[in-house]
Amino acid sequence: MKKITLSQRFWLTLLFSMPLIIQMLTMPLGWHYPGEKWVAFIATTVIMLLSARPYWSSAWAAFKHHRANMNTLVAVSTTVTYFYSLFALLTNRPEYFESAALVTLFVLLGDYLSERMSNHANDAVKKLMSLQAATAEVLRDGRFQILPLEEVVVGDRVRVEAGAKVPVDGKILTGTTEIDESLVTGESMPVPKKPGDTVIGATMNTTGLIEVQVTQTGKDTALAQIGEMMRKAQTSHAPIESLVDRVANIFVPAVLILALLTFAVWYVIIGVNITQAMLFGVSVIVIACPCALGLATPTALMVGMGRSARSGVLIKNGEILEKATKLQQIAFDKTGTLTKGKPVVTDVAGDRKQVLTVAAAVEQNISHPLAAAVRQAAEKEQIDVPSAINSKVIAGKGTAAEVAGHTYQVGNQRLISNQQNAEKWIKQATAWQQAGKTVSYVLKDREIIGVLAFKDLPKNHASRALNDLQKQGLTTAMISGDSEAAAETIAKQLGITQVIANVLPAKKVAAVKDLQAKGSTAFVGDGINDAPALAQADVGIAMGNGTDIAISSSDIVLTSGDLLGVPRAIALARKIFKRIKLNLFWAFIYNLLGIPIAAGVFAGLGLVLSPELAALAMAFSSVSVVTSALLLNYSKLKV
Amino acid sequence: MNVERVIVAVIVIALIIFISWWFFGKHQEQVQTAKQTKQAQSAVIKVHGGYSPATVVLKQGVPGQVKFEMHDQTACLSHVVFEQLGVDKDLTKQEVTTIDIPTDQPQTFNFACGMGMFHGKVIVK
Repeated sequence: MKKITLSQRFWLTLLFSMPLIIQMLTMPLGWHYPGEKWVAFIATTVIMLLSARPYWSSAWAAFKHHRANMNTLVAVSTTVTYFYSLFALLTNRPEYFESAALVTLFVLLGDYLSERMSNHANDAVKKLMSLQAATAEVLRDGRFQILPLEEVVVGDRVRVEAGAKVPVDGKILTGTTEIDESLVTGESMPVPKKPGDTVIGATMNTTGLIEVQVTQTGKDTALAQIGEMMRKAQTSHAPIESLVDRVANIFVPAVLILALLTFAVWYVIIGVNITQAMLFGVSVIVIACPCALGLATPTALMVGMGRSARSGVLIKNGEILEKATKLQQIAFDKTGTLTKGKPVVTDVAGDRKQVLTVAAAVEQNISHPLAAAVRQAAEKEQIDVPSAINSKVIAGKGTAAEVAGHTYQVGNQRLISNQQNAEKWIKQATAWQQAGKTVSYVLKDREIIGVLAFKDLPKNHASRALNDLQKQGLTTAMISGDSEAAAETIAKQLGITQVIANVLPAKKVAAVKDLQAKGSTAFVGDGINDAPALAQADVGIAMGNGTDIAISSSDIVLTSGDLLGVPRAIALARKIFKRIKLNLFWAFIYNLLGIPIAAGVFAGLGLVLSPELAALAMAFSSVSVVTSALLLNYSKLKV
Repeated sequence: MNVERVIVAVIVIALIIFISWWFFGKHQEQVQTAKQTKQAQSAVIKVHGGYSPATVVLKQGVPGQVKFEMHDQTACLSHVVFEQLGVDKDLTKQEVTTIDIPTDQPQTFNFACGMGMFHGKVIVK
């Protein structure tokens, strides 16, 4: 026999159930049609062969392995009611074919709906992957050709027109544009891009024509890695789930025993007739199907992780959710995480123009961030920077070079250790340092001619993000390599409670450990040098910049550098975990209340459940749990 | 109390004892080692009311596959999930579903059905 699909089976079962449903509805009116018992017998037999048999066969195979599951419950309840009704039909007693048929129908309905819904919940990854461009305009044999994406290799030059999707991860060679990266980072504003900047595959090039050198293809692209992480996260377990697993193994046999006891109490002790006692027993079996329990966690995880990913928060697995819920403290790396990591010149002592001119000349080819800040300041003030010769680095102190016959030096405190007449400069420098700035001295022929002050500015949204975190009940901390004064200033500005300054990069782990002694701690870092601290923290949050998302030591990756992602990530994790707990609670409650009602405990109050009503309740418990999970897509976040 | 009721009571008690022994008692579980050639190894797991065998053993260093043969038509076992591998496969789409198992180091991969009611494991050693 050719296999029929679940949906076909459901619709056929519904069709054959129609005569039974009509009988049920017209019975209270006293309407009967001739031979209705035999119609019920034939319709139910078809349903048993078509739809109940797979459950029987699966349950029997499980039974042989000493296992019982939801199929066991379906199989036992349908066989008992069907064969009892067959016996009743032949011996002219009241029969209950509709119970067997409708239990099957409703179990199928539950299966059918939850399968459709979990397919829907699983869409997120597929949708993400389908966003990739199928072709790319690649430079081959001296001209641009449209090729399928699979043929593009690392190093290729690809052209992306305005309004087209960026097909690959790469670096801009020529052209400027704005790119809409909302897909990967959740950031809704298009990001300006110039030559040298990186672009991410599947993002949208909005305004300009660019040419891009391919840096990653296939599995290595940011999009592919996000997809891979999401797949792993969605199939992961929350620790709370293992409780459910343990319960499930003993649950079904326990229900069978309970049903037998129900039957025995009603028949042997209370003394109702055997049919009534049997119906109570069967109702217990039917309502106890632990489907809702099994669906509660995976569906919520799947939907929650999908939603998080869309807003630029990648949560690596279900375990993190519980940890995020228990967090008490959150520590930030300073440079590059809380601050932009790009210092700017804020003050100049001495002849402003002269100091900036020579400093920019001496540091022309130096890649240090402070040197970049000097060049930027000179450029901003439209200073013509003369060329320097004999430029050299003085290890641990600064840089030296010759400009127009004089020797100039730019560097830190150590450069001026045995200087005369330096007090005035040092006094100014110290004042700036106390205000949280970094200083450089500029020397002409070994004599100080000026001082430069730099400041690394906090990122946009930094104070709002920290404020949100405090509202979430977290104590904030900052771990920094800066002097206490510099660190304190920025901490005060952002409203950070605790400052741990003078921390060498290698000692960050120890700093996190110290915090952990006081309570569960998250660490937020920019991912590369912070890896050990990220791994040490209870929850490691890496601020990605869209491409380096494969930071394996972190638990949560923010695909954008936006600090507001941190409170959002915590809020999302807490929300998903809460939903899982809520789902499990409802699933347990369904069984907890349903079983005694089905067993007839409240029969004295007139509250009883027939097997078919029990089946309907059971189907709806599964559906309600999946619906509640899907609602995670729409629930509001407080941040 | 009439005879009928006594007989029913006895049968119920007997059934309860049987269920407890059958499901809660200790029973030997089947373990299977994968069939192996020089270049590849594969193990077949039949899916019918559970996984048989529920535990398969692969040899380290030889590319390995586990093949799931679907014989079950109920929704319960329709998906197989390998948590560590990030694999979630629908077994009902084809008769045999093949899953590649990395065998570069000795470790155990747990798998379960979509609802986490059935479990099995693939041991690489």
